[in-house]
Amino acid sequence: MNSLKSRRFTLKALTAAVALTTLSAVPAFAADTIKVGILHSLSGTMAISETVLKDTVLMAIDEINAKGGVLGKKLEPVVVDPASNWPLFAEKTKQLLTQDKVSVIFGCWTSVSRKSALPVLEELNGLLFYPVQYEGEELSKNVFYTGAAPNQQAIPAVDYLMSKEGGGAKRWVLLGTDYVYPRTTNKILRAYLKSKGVKDTDIDEKYTPFGHSDYQTIVADIKKFSAGGKTAVVSTINGDSNVPFYKELGNAGLKAKDVPVVAFSVGEEELRGVDTKPLVGHLAAWNYFQSIKNPTNTEFIAKWSAYAKAKKLPGADKPLTNDPMEATYIGINMWKQAVEKAKSTDVDKVIAAMAGQTFKAPSGIVSKMDEKNHHLHKSVFIGEVKADGQFNVVWKTPGPVKAKPWSPYIEGNSVKPDEPVKK
Amino acid sequence: MLRRMILLLMYAMFFIATNAYSITAEEVKAIAIGDAEVRIAALNKAVVTADANTVYFLQALADDAVKFKGEQVFVVRDGKGFDPVSRAEFAVPADAEDVTNNNRLRGELDSALAALKLFSKDEKIRTAAIKQLQSDADESKLPLIEKAFAAEQNPQIKEQLGLVRAAALLNSTDKTKRLEAAKLLSTSTQANTKTVLLARLAQEPEPDVKSALQKSLREVEAALAWGDRLGAIFSGISLGSILLLVALGLAITYGLMGVINMAHGELMMIGAYATYVVQGLFQKYLPGAFDWYLLAALPVAFMASALMGAALERSVIRFLYGRPLETLLATWGISLMLMQGVRTLFGAQNVGVENPSWMSGGVQVLGNLSLPYNRLVIIGFAIFVLLSVGWLIGKTRLGLFVRGVTQNRAIASCMGVNTARIDTYAFALGSGIAGLAGCALSQVGNVGPDLGQGYIVDSFMVVVLGGVGQLAGTVYAALGLGILNKFLEGWVGAVLAKIAVLVFIIIFIQKRPQGIFAMKGRSAEA
Repeated sequence: MNSLKSRRFTLKALTAAVALTTLSAVPAFAADTIKVGILHSLSGTMAISETVLKDTVLMAIDEINAKGGVLGKKLEPVVVDPASNWPLFAEKTKQLLTQDKVSVIFGCWTSVSRKSALPVLEELNGLLFYPVQYEGEELSKNVFYTGAAPNQQAIPAVDYLMSKEGGGAKRWVLLGTDYVYPRTTNKILRAYLKSKGVKDTDIDEKYTPFGHSDYQTIVADIKKFSAGGKTAVVSTINGDSNVPFYKELGNAGLKAKDVPVVAFSVGEEELRGVDTKPLVGHLAAWNYFQSIKNPTNTEFIAKWSAYAKAKKLPGADKPLTNDPMEATYIGINMWKQAVEKAKSTDVDKVIAAMAGQTFKAPSGIVSKMDEKNHHLHKSVFIGEVKADGQFNVVWKTPGPVKAKPWSPYIEGNSVKPDEPVKK
Repeated sequence: MLRRMILLLMYAMFFIATNAYSITAEEVKAIAIGDAEVRIAALNKAVVTADANTVYFLQALADDAVKFKGEQVFVVRDGKGFDPVSRAEFAVPADAEDVTNNNRLRGELDSALAALKLFSKDEKIRTAAIKQLQSDADESKLPLIEKAFAAEQNPQIKEQLGLVRAAALLNSTDKTKRLEAAKLLSTSTQANTKTVLLARLAQEPEPDVKSALQKSLREVEAALAWGDRLGAIFSGISLGSILLLVALGLAITYGLMGVINMAHGELMMIGAYATYVVQGLFQKYLPGAFDWYLLAALPVAFMASALMGAALERSVIRFLYGRPLETLLATWGISLMLMQGVRTLFGAQNVGVENPSWMSGGVQVLGNLSLPYNRLVIIGFAIFVLLSVGWLIGKTRLGLFVRGVTQNRAIASCMGVNTARIDTYAFALGSGIAGLAGCALSQVGNVGPDLGQGYIVDSFMVVVLGGVGQLAGTVYAALGLGILNKFLEGWVGAVLAKIAVLVFIIIFIQKRPQGIFAMKGRSAEA
């Protein structure tokens, strides 16, 4: 009796389970989708920068879907939160590739997070679009780098500061968060500065931990160092540490015309929480600024404002666009074009189709993916902070610059090929 | 704005009285439009023959209030356009472009304006102008400086102006002038004097001028070293005051009551978010009194955290007294819940808490030492909280009960003290102080859901190092750690300093587990 009852129960459960699976399978058949993974920190120290990138991908997906999707299929976003926790980036990448079976991933900000995800991507042959300026020294078949390499951001910025127009800096403080991007960038910059005749005693390299919030000593040191001659600060501070750093800078009365600070990771979004009046004149080097005037950018900003308002995103009352958002937007659109060219979402076919893709970028150029080296050709802009938190472009390159992921200022790089090495 | 207008009027009266020359449309155009190089040359030329209109126009340029269209230049004030020469009101075309100044131009503009302000009737303005010129006086301003120097009556200001004049004369082609300037500059206590001296030293051909320069440089450096030392001590005290604030609440909940409260950091975070909410309310309903929102935020932050603390104590912690491991785990769980709760309520991103305007900037103490107001306010606030807590625990009836209950619960109970209620009050007090700390932290750092995580280790470190159960120990430990940390940071950098401090504490606790101050007598064993 007892066993009969339990058997009947098993049977019932089985029928129910089968019914359920068929039910849930039905909508999946009706709307065959292409899954797109989004791997940006939505909490922790990097959330200040990365959250908007998630929203940018979602906006682009909405836009693409509204125009009929890709290859007749809608895109379906899969959002995960790696929480500014570097090992978690590898785990979440694995989850996206094996469980969710996404065709492509848009994500990462810090280089350490990219380095963490990279082995998984290469092992499982995934595809990552990385939208942030970085230190170079990497060229993976499975990654497209839509942010700047050092020669597309760091080196032009230093050149500008050395010029008469930029203040003719003679001494340099290289200040950064302690991880791979600032360390490598500063290594390249040190070699570059030395090649320009700057002595080691005129370069001061400083690092702080992630999430550092007390910049008194560092600002005092910069002040002291600057008494020895015209000084410029190159900041590779990442994440929310920038807010206390700039606050301290303002309070200590260190003016941009005396000691200009050029930042590589501070854009419109990072300055949102800061009183920018004491910071007027400090610089940032990027490949896009919201203040750039051209029809494509006006359209991009309008789209973003409308999206931010419709989705009631935080800060929608003052919608801001920035460089990594632009890079993300270019990335997803180029991926769409490549999928359409390859007529498949197969990773190898898409990679082949990506070479030489072009897209009209909000920065005002037609952005081109290099035929070989997986990096975009980009224009470089140097902007000064204005009182309203926007940037005033004071210098730009005459045209797009080809990326050199292997910086010639690091030894042994001259022999490395300018394309991913087949393994 | 009003002050600036009055100033402008004052210049206007002064210049109209003394100078018949007026800025021309050509000059305006040359200063506003074109290549930076040409604009600077035009600017420096115009300054020498400046009049009220020049000041008006340069001030507008420095305030980014100038637009142009084609060859036409406008000054835009409060939405209205003015012609810079005639000052007649003008309708500004909608497609007029902003005149943008880069750092170099802004520097030139500021020093030009400062040179003109040397003739102000107000001594404060003259002093400020001199301070400005100390860093960027060059020969183009020399005629103005000489004129002002000759006219100056106040001996103190004249002395300061003399230094500026010397800095400008340092690059003179006349050797005797250089020598005189080099000697005079030895009395300066400004950091930029060192810059000027070093720059000249690198290109000075005359040996006797060179030795004078070197001598002055040594004296200036000696004067500057004092500023550096005091600055390091100040930043140590400032960090110490922050550590003290974050640890004081814990000194009560952990030190006196013995509750290992891992959610202490989150109680601070609640205080910081309470500040954020009050700020938002002021922005919306009382924008006129925005500068004083912080005063209103203090009691709100205290109450928010105190109520949360009381709720925690009543609902969870009181069942776990005497079971440290369970308390640790339970409060840790609570901390995660609080963080997630705030994340759901306010979002995972940091929220912006603005400094009131009276907390921005700083006071110049020595030539190279300026103390930021927000740090000074926090030091004062930490002292205030410390004294209040000391008074509350040491002098009031509630404090007496708290001490009684923590020292001997059974006897206190026999004496008719409602020990359960005292526990709740004491825990709420400790939590409320954490809320105050959160309010203070919102002024120097970021406010986000994981704000507390960064401080929980620090606060336990301070309490344990100071000696559990001792308020005085907490004070010494906080200041000691603050100064040690800043001293190490200046020496080995921020990353290593953090590690070194932890290593120091581990060794210290090994050698002296009871902390700096040990409880003596019978209560020590309880």
